[in-house]
Amino acid sequence: MTNWIRREHVAISVKANNWQEAIQASGNLLLHTGAITEDYIFQMIQSVKENGPYIVIGPGIAMAHARPSEAVREDAISLAVLERSVSFGSEENDPVDLVFSFSAKGSDSHIKLIEQLSHVLLDDDKVTQLRQAESEEELYKII
Amino acid sequence: MAKLKIMTVCGFGLGSSMVLKMNLDGVLKDLGIQADVFTGDVGSAQSTPTDYIFTSKELGKELQQTAGKPVIIIHSFVDKAEIKEKVEAELQA
Repeated sequence: MTNWIRREHVAISVKANNWQEAIQASGNLLLHTGAITEDYIFQMIQSVKENGPYIVIGPGIAMAHARPSEAVREDAISLAVLERSVSFGSEENDPVDLVFSFSAKGSDSHIKLIEQLSHVLLDDDKVTQLRQAESEEELYKII
Repeated sequence: MAKLKIMTVCGFGLGSSMVLKMNLDGVLKDLGIQADVFTGDVGSAQSTPTDYIFTSKELGKELQQTAGKPVIIIHSFVDKAEIKEKVEAELQA
């Protein structure tokens, strides 16, 4: 399994006081490497405002994303592990401490990335390890 | 019997619905159920011909009123046990 997530796109002990800050922080990881523009982060937050917290796909796990657009430069996934979990307003799966952001240039190009991601998320042991990682290096290795 | 058509739905039809599709594909295969699973966005869910819709609670509540076909709500898209339980309850009834 190679490089479906970049080392620069993972972070631990990320501070966020609410779900907007959590998406912003996770999105910033993609922004810093130029995978997306600032607009995309706005769109990801807007999507939750419009459609509700459906991006919280499992217990404590959010996958923020928006539509493919010019705000996306690269198919990519980031992961911000929050220092303290936040509420997304999801009845079933709050509070959230694993915040993935995911960007796609087209509607098919990213499928491999999602496949790798869901593989990790189905594995409860791995998900626990993600939460416990003590360095970004460790986090990256688990993934 | 014709192959079942199942649509997984999220806001844009490419992120969380894709995760659900992959896990649902796995469950259907384990159970030996033949089905075409495809993703879609919430806007097109009503008008797309399909036998079943799988989605989240947030999106599902409204679709249950409007979709005119069975809408199955999955709480965790990454919990194969839950998906399997609901497939068995709804599709094999």
